[in-house]
Parts: sequence; structure tokens; C-alpha cells
Amino acid sequence: MRTGSATLALIVLGLPFASFLLLALVRRLRRSAGAAAGVSITAIAGALVAAILDFRTAVPREPTQSPSTTWAWLPGDGGPMATVGVMVDDLSLTMLLLVTLVSLLVQVYSWAYLHDEPRPSLGRYYAYHSLFAFSMLGLVLAPNFLQMFIFWELVGLCSYLLIGYWYDRPSAARAAVKAFWITKLGDLGFVAGIVMLWSATGTFDFWTLFSMGTMGTLPVELLPCIMFLIYLGAVGKSAQFPLHIWLPDAMEGPTPVSALIHAATMVTAGVFLVNRAFPLFRLTPDVLVLVAWVGAFTALLAASMACVDDDIKRVLAYSTVSQLGLMMAAAGAAAPEAGFMHLVVHGVFKALLFLGAGVVIHVFHTNDVFRMGGLRPWPWTWLPFVVATLALAGVWPLPGFYTKEAILAGVLHAHLTLPFLMLALTSLLTSFYMFRVVFLAFFARPHGHAHTPHVPWLMDYVCRLLAALTLAIGFRMAFFGEHHEGPGWLPAFSLTLAGAGFVLTWAMYHRRVVDPARVAAALWPIDALARRRYFLDAIFAGLYRWVLLTFARLIGWTDRYLVDGVLNVLSAWTLRAGDRVRGLQTGLPQDYVYGVALGVLLLFVLAQWSLR
Amino acid sequence: MPLGAYLTLAALVFAIGLFGVLTRRNAVGILLGIELMLNAVNINLVAFARFRTDLAGLIFTLFTISITVAEVAVGLAIVIVLFRVRRTVEADHLDLLRG
Repeated sequence: MRTGSATLALIVLGLPFASFLLLALVRRLRRSAGAAAGVSITAIAGALVAAILDFRTAVPREPTQSPSTTWAWLPGDGGPMATVGVMVDDLSLTMLLLVTLVSLLVQVYSWAYLHDEPRPSLGRYYAYHSLFAFSMLGLVLAPNFLQMFIFWELVGLCSYLLIGYWYDRPSAARAAVKAFWITKLGDLGFVAGIVMLWSATGTFDFWTLFSMGTMGTLPVELLPCIMFLIYLGAVGKSAQFPLHIWLPDAMEGPTPVSALIHAATMVTAGVFLVNRAFPLFRLTPDVLVLVAWVGAFTALLAASMACVDDDIKRVLAYSTVSQLGLMMAAAGAAAPEAGFMHLVVHGVFKALLFLGAGVVIHVFHTNDVFRMGGLRPWPWTWLPFVVATLALAGVWPLPGFYTKEAILAGVLHAHLTLPFLMLALTSLLTSFYMFRVVFLAFFARPHGHAHTPHVPWLMDYVCRLLAALTLAIGFRMAFFGEHHEGPGWLPAFSLTLAGAGFVLTWAMYHRRVVDPARVAAALWPIDALARRRYFLDAIFAGLYRWVLLTFARLIGWTDRYLVDGVLNVLSAWTLRAGDRVRGLQTGLPQDYVYGVALGVLLLFVLAQWSLR
Repeated sequence: MPLGAYLTLAALVFAIGLFGVLTRRNAVGILLGIELMLNAVNINLVAFARFRTDLAGLIFTLFTISITVAEVAVGLAIVIVLFRVRRTVEADHLDLLRG
């Protein structure tokens, strides 16, 4: 256990924020794309340097020593009600490195990828990117639930803004709204959980809560409910079943955005949350079992959908959902460190996959894998992608091999046999759909396209760098890392699964000895369901249309006819009563004098009466 | 004469004045009625002052008379303006406040 310098962490956090403020406030800077990109990239590069420094200068700490540095925020009776600050421990230091590194590479890549965009909107793009980097870094550094929730919502906002970057495209605008609302559905649970936790314990602070957990002073009877609600937030953000439906649609955003937000960083926030709050989740085994089951199921479901999609980015999106399920399953099986390792390495090679996909999209101007191919003579277009594919499929000695093995071992160790089998099948499918993309997009017979593909050098070099990084991490894990304890047959088993997936694709899409259509026909129920996304989108749309809208109509009717009706009747009666009574007011002075005189007489009579 | 006689006279004058106010159609007539009612009060005041040997009642009456004069002046002025505007002082036609 180590702790880093809070000052450096604040610098990491502050640089992208300063860049965002500069770009947001200085209109001229924002509208000149080059300067905007320069500011944003410089800031994130500075943040990366600070993060590396912080990582390298981190010092060991006692298990009882708090890694948080906080300042009072909301004043309350007897101590501040909430604090702000930074929590610099192993978890957040690693995330700082990942987020700043991938952000930097993606921002550099974007400059080449989006070079034909209008200048002002490119400046806007970089402003969003700076805001995103700030929010994501704030999320990982948050020392308490409240601050985390604020940044959690901020990354959701950035995701919305960047998915809807091409807001004049109706599909992109719809996808942005869909992503926003579906994640909000989960966030409702998250915020309710935080508030319940606060009312039960009086604190938001992770460290205080963890100490209470070790001392056994947490309210045990409420905790499962609270942790389940908090887990709901993670379900929405990390695209777990059944709230995963927003992620494939989020691919409407620019490809670099998908690489950064919807593969490497933001979607992993849910997994990060479960890891961060794991000392609390550990106390609720029931919730953990649920996390594991949902994670494994999500992994399998998404993998099956990835096998039938033709859009290269959607395949990668389903793959992301599937891998997030894997990480969640690891956390659910009480092996969060395995899941976290997978999160980090997955962040690197999944970003590479998306950026590599961006290269082929750039070359072919389409997302459809069946309209690509013929890139074999130009190895630099496909080599990085293949490296990342091997890493994702879990081939020795690439990082995915070790982290997946650790996860499978963890799940097996927790005696979750059926989830283990689901994850094993997922491994097979992962290898299958990834090599399917590789064979179709790069090696298939070209469609009348023979000239040299033009790839901007910036994009090319970013991909090469990430590929080198993936290889380096893999070799480091292979030769210097400690190996996870697990059954001896597990590495061979997972390699066999990956190999089987490869052979299957090779036979179906490269040698074409097996006709894919016949395989699909043999598995027709699954094939048909997967192609229709298991009707989940339709179910959600139906729920929205038939349940929510009907309910809204009912409320609208009640408001219009019951609530307003009562008031309308009352006012109508008042009007009619006034109409009746107005006849009394003749306007003749003498009638009023009559009234006064009669009134006085009446008073006299009454006075006489009471005197008697 | 006993106090009762004075009070009866005052009550009669008051009733006649009220009758005038309620039944006269002419605004000037109504003003006259009001005068009668006020003077009925004056009779009361003077009578009580006399029988209780209290000068305050007499002085009060002096005040009332002077206020009555002012009231008549204002009232007649209103009637004249009314006549200018509406070309009539018949109370039956002065019904601008009708609901």
C-alpha cells in the first residue's frame, strides 16, 4: 500500500481544468482550432508528467494511515458535513496514469482524425476533452462518495456532449440523449444509496467508512440495500445488463471519443466504483454474488451480439460491454484486484482497437466490415490492431492472457461454477468476434480498392505507440510479474478457448471452408435473437412508450381534468354567485341610505333585546 | 317642560329628515333632509346640556353647527358639479355605481 503526493495529484487535476476554463472563456482561442488543441494537449501532457512523477514518488504507508487529504466543505454541527480533497492510493495513482495517458494519445490522434472538421467545432471538441479529463481525474481522486458523485455526473455530461458532437445528425443526437437517460436511471440508485449511507452513518468519506467497516460499526441490516443501490450506479455507467443498451448507440460519436470515453476510461468508472468501495461490498456477500452473476451474464450476452454485428465500432462496443462484465464478475467473485488489472490493460488495448478501427474507417469511409479488406500489403495499418486483438483474446504473452486468467481463477475460487462457464464461453466468443473483424476488415478480398491507403502519420504513430505499450506490459507481466494462484490447467484452458475461437473464424471467414450462413442457420434462435439485440432495445422502447408515456398521459389527464377541474368549477361558481348578487348594488344613493337606516334600526332592536 | 318632550321633538325632526332623505328625488331636497337630521341631534345635545347643567353639550352644538355649514357648502358644490356633468340632479338618474 502506497500513498502519493496530494500536491501533484492536485496539479494533475488542475491542468485540464485550467485548459477547459481557458477554452471555454476565451472565444477566440476556442475558435482557432490549432491553438485550442495545443492548449488542451499541453495541459494533458503536463498532467501525464505530474501523474508519472506522483506514481514514482509514492511512498509506502501503514494500513491504518489514511491516503486522503481533505478540506472542509459543507459546514455542519460538530465537524464538516462533507469534505473535498484527493485520495491518492494505488488505485487512484494507477487510474491517473491510465486516464492521462489515453487522454493524451487520443487527443493527439483526434487532431489527425478530425482534421477536416470546421475549425470552431474542433475547438469545442478540445474544450469537451479537457473537461472530460478533469472530470474523470476528479472521479478517480475523490475521497468521498459525494465528490465522486459530482464528478460521476460530470463525466456523464461530457459523454453526452461528445456522443452528440455531430449534433446535426439526428441519430447522434438521439444516441446522446439515450446514453444520458439510461445512465441517469442507474445514477438514481447511486444517489439514493449515498444518501441512505449518509443518513445511516453520517459520513461520505471512504476512509472513515472503511474504518467503520473494520471496526464493525456499520449498520449491517441496511448495508445490503445501500450497496445494491450504489451498485445500480455502476450498472448504468459500466453498461451492465440490462442498462447496457446505451453503449452500442454511443458509437455515433467520433471514433477517438469512443476510444477514450466508451472503452478506456468513463465506462470503467462503474468497475472503479466497485473497486473503490470494495471494503464495503465485501461486507455484503449477497450483493457480490449478484454483481458476479450480472457481470458474467452481461459478458456472455454482449459477446454473442458482437459476433453478429457488421459495424466495426459496434462490435468493439459490445466487446467493451463484455469485458466490463468480466471485470464486474471479478469484483463479484471477491477478486477486485484481478478485475482492476484487467481494467487497466483493457483500457490500453481497447483504446488501441478503437484507434485502429479509426484508421480503417478513415481509409474506407465506412463502418461496415464487409466493405473493407485488402490491407495485407500494408502491415502498419493492421499490425497494431492485431496486437490488440491478440491481447483481448488473451494470447500469451500479452496482458489479456494474465488478467483474464486471474479473473477466471478468482471466479472459480469463489465457487461460481455457472458464471465461470459463461465467462469461459465468453472467452471463446471474444476470440471469435475479434478475429472475425480482423479477417474481414483487413485480410478479406478487396472490393476494387488497390491503391495505397493514406493514413495520417499522427494516427499511425499513436497506434504504434499503444501497440508497443501493450507488448511491453505483456512482457513485463510475463517475465517480471507475480503469477496468480489458480488451477494449473487454467492457462492451457483459456489458451485453448482463444485458439478455438481463432480456428473457427479462420475456417469461416478466411479459408471459407465453413459457410457462416450455415452456422448461423444451425444456431438460428440465438442468431436471430442476437441480431435483434435480444429485443432489449425494443423492450426499453416499449416500456418508455407504453408504460411511461401512458403514466404521463394519466398524470396529464388528472392535472387537466381533476386538479384544474376543481378550480375551474370553483371559479365558475364564484362568477355565477357574483352575477346573482350584483343586482343588490343599484347605484342609487337612497337605496344605500335605506340600507344604513335599516341596519341601524336592526342594531337598536338587537340592543333592546339584549338589554332586556 | 320635561326632558322627554325635547327628546320626542328631536326624534320627530330626525324621522322627518330621514323620510325626506329617503323619499325626495331632488338632490337639494336630500341635502335639506340631512340638515334636519343634524339639527335633531343638536336639539338633543342642547336639551341634555340644559338638564344636566353641563356646558360641554352647548359647545359641542356650536361645533356641530359650524361643521353643518361646511357640509352644506360642500354638498351644494357637489350638486352643482353634478348638474354640470349629468345635466340633472334627480337622484333616480344618479346610478353610475350600479353593479
